[in-house]
Amino acid sequence: MFGYYLDLALRSLKLNPVLTALMVLALGLGIGASITTLTVLKLLSGDPIPQKSARLFHPEIDPLPAQGYTPGLTKPPWGGLMTYTDAMTLLHARKSERQVVFALTGAKVKPQRADQKPFFSDGVMTTADFFAMFDAPFEYGSGWNEQDGESRARVVVIAGFLNDKLFDGKDSTGKTLRINDHDYRIIGVLKPWAPQPRFYALELGGRSYGNGDAVFLPLQSARADKMNPQNVNCWDTANVSQLETAPCVFVSMWVELRSASDAAAYKTFLSNYAQQQIALGRFHRPEVVLPDVMQFLRDEQVVPDDVRLQAWLAFGFLLICVVNTVGLLLAKCLRRSREIGVRRALGATRRAIFAQFMVESGMVGIAGGVLGLIFAELGLLAVRLQPAQYANLAHLDVSMFVVTFAIALVASLIAGLLPAWRACVVTPAPQLKSA
Amino acid sequence: MTLHPMLAALRRHKAGVMLIALQIALTLAIVCNAIFIIGQRIERIHRPTGLNENDLFLVSQQWVGAPTGDDAASTAKLDSLLQADLATLRNLPDVQSVTPINSLPLANSTWSGGVSTQPDAKNEHAHVAYYFGGKDLLKTLGAQLVAGRDFTDAEVGNRAFRAANKPAIAIISQALADKLFPNHDALGKTIYFDGGTTPTAIVGIVERLQSPSVETWSNDFAWNTALIPVRLNTNYSRYAVRAKPGRLDAAMQAASAALYKANPMRVFFLDGKGVRAFDDIRAHTYRADRGMAILMAVICVILLAVTGAGIVGLTSFWVGQRHKQIGVRRALGARKRDILRYFQTENLLIAGGGAVAGIILAVGLNLWLMQRFEMDRIPIAYVLLGVAVVLALGQAAVFAPARRAANVPPVVATRSV
Repeated sequence: MFGYYLDLALRSLKLNPVLTALMVLALGLGIGASITTLTVLKLLSGDPIPQKSARLFHPEIDPLPAQGYTPGLTKPPWGGLMTYTDAMTLLHARKSERQVVFALTGAKVKPQRADQKPFFSDGVMTTADFFAMFDAPFEYGSGWNEQDGESRARVVVIAGFLNDKLFDGKDSTGKTLRINDHDYRIIGVLKPWAPQPRFYALELGGRSYGNGDAVFLPLQSARADKMNPQNVNCWDTANVSQLETAPCVFVSMWVELRSASDAAAYKTFLSNYAQQQIALGRFHRPEVVLPDVMQFLRDEQVVPDDVRLQAWLAFGFLLICVVNTVGLLLAKCLRRSREIGVRRALGATRRAIFAQFMVESGMVGIAGGVLGLIFAELGLLAVRLQPAQYANLAHLDVSMFVVTFAIALVASLIAGLLPAWRACVVTPAPQLKSA
Repeated sequence: MTLHPMLAALRRHKAGVMLIALQIALTLAIVCNAIFIIGQRIERIHRPTGLNENDLFLVSQQWVGAPTGDDAASTAKLDSLLQADLATLRNLPDVQSVTPINSLPLANSTWSGGVSTQPDAKNEHAHVAYYFGGKDLLKTLGAQLVAGRDFTDAEVGNRAFRAANKPAIAIISQALADKLFPNHDALGKTIYFDGGTTPTAIVGIVERLQSPSVETWSNDFAWNTALIPVRLNTNYSRYAVRAKPGRLDAAMQAASAALYKANPMRVFFLDGKGVRAFDDIRAHTYRADRGMAILMAVICVILLAVTGAGIVGLTSFWVGQRHKQIGVRRALGARKRDILRYFQTENLLIAGGGAVAGIILAVGLNLWLMQRFEMDRIPIAYVLLGVAVVLALGQAAVFAPARRAANVPPVVATRSV
């Protein structure tokens, strides 16, 4: 029977090629727009480190003065950036599996080859656990240990793309790289590593998506060589040449904890630390926050408002396309009352008529889906041409491919319900009489 | 023409009528809000910065091997490098004037602080973005002085980048002046920056000067700016350069070449973007807004096209269905024009009904957007514009099928009943 319905549907669609094209086109546009915006939304709100995101936490404390403080309402400012003093105290307390403190810096790299000009690249000034904690994989060599940091050793880990550029991708460990006018010894080269979004740099003044960072330096060594953090916020008159002791926040801290109970214990530890600092007169606000990766991304509102607005708009667009298809299918089916009357008189049940019309709208849906897929690819191509940070990451993946067809089929079947129902309640007698 | 027979006919096509009306209502709701968003973005993109933006460009560079310390010797060395660069640029044939500066409007890099009318104030009166510049600062920027005077060359000093901000004089924007002194008597008054105790005299007021960032966080002080006559000395520098009228491209090309020639130990910022025309900075800063406006416009057009096509399709069916009745009406004396009018009026009724529902939906959608996103209340003009657009669309869409209906010959009435 299904084959017969397919045949009937095909004939009916061929009978009104313009109308059929119109329905398919409208549905295709709606689906294409929805899938394009959904893909971008999914890309932007994705989990940057899925294997670990529930175990990484961002401790936040509030060093601001009592002025402007409302108990229960005030959250730690500036996305939870910390003062150097607090971050180092918490780091040395070692109350978690791993802990890392870091800031971003613009690193001026001077290549040794005469034909290459000096250039700027993204630098991370960090402590030893960074690579193990964020699962940054090594191609050659390894990171530094805590001792290297404390002794301000001039060592550096570089990204694979920088190694390709400077050393043609060969093992460069042991070689020297001149960074901000100081010689650093390369001890490790990373494999391609660029979490999207770049969650660890969100509140540090870096971009949220795109390429990974290029050079990774021990925090203490880099600071000793006067490399400046990209984002500094001060709440009082500050001598910014002595950032480590100034009333300024500029480092970010992340900790790795094994379980929810460990997280609860760490939060208590943070609370106690804040209380202790209040007792010492350094702090005035007891609030502490300990979001995990996904919560932190939500707090920082990493997905731009415009992208979310576009997604809603695309679904509104799809809704209108579906309404449009319902109207056209309905008009079509009403014109075919006579044909339906004949089929009913010859013994077709209401269910059979209903099924026939649903098959027809399903076919429109599948065709709309195929077209929608093409439009989505075009839409994503347009997104890739945009100057946004995430542009070159926008690709259609398999799950979105499946979602496209699911949306297409569901949308067209919903669109087909009313016309099919109207068709199956047609009473055969009057139709036959008027024929 | 009476409406009664038309309404009676519509009642027989309830589902179709409701669908067209619904589609028009939804289209109206989305199109109104989209046009509103487009309007807002265009307004934002085109708001003037207060600069004379023609023939202006920005050079950003860093010296290689320059001292980074803050001691007097380093500062003196850095200032001599800076002065050398300024002389190089000033001597170019296509350059009119040049000033060192920490940032420009729309260039994003922001240095901001608090300002108060009282010394040692714990609460700032206003937040302010600073522009630190040297000789010819005002002339190069081209900002309009509305009161007071420009800095004299003797008043321009220099200091280490990280030293405290304690200027003796400043020129401030009208917006900041009005905020600090609501009685419009700011000129000559004393203000205090960053909660300090050093008095700063206001020697001039510029009509308008935007702060460097257009991001949400800087909205509070978007127009509160202060010009400070001091060269900042650090291992990098920025120069605002005004080319002679019409000589922008030539001056930009000459600038980087001349600087390299005078002193090759330097790095220009951002992969060759170290020399940027102001137009370029503006386009870059507002690129997301521009993209959003274009996207909204495309969606509006496609949406209207889909809705229009839907109306054409459905009306065509109705015309086909009523073929015989039209023939009968024609045979009974109705003119072609009457048939055309019939379908046009019918469409106006449906579209009008849809538009009424659409107005409610549009306002509802706007309220919802205001809650979830940073949106303003939609002015009624946009809604009325949207209504006019969908009504016109309905009339345009119905015209072709209606004319086909009008061309049905009266003889149809006599054919096989």
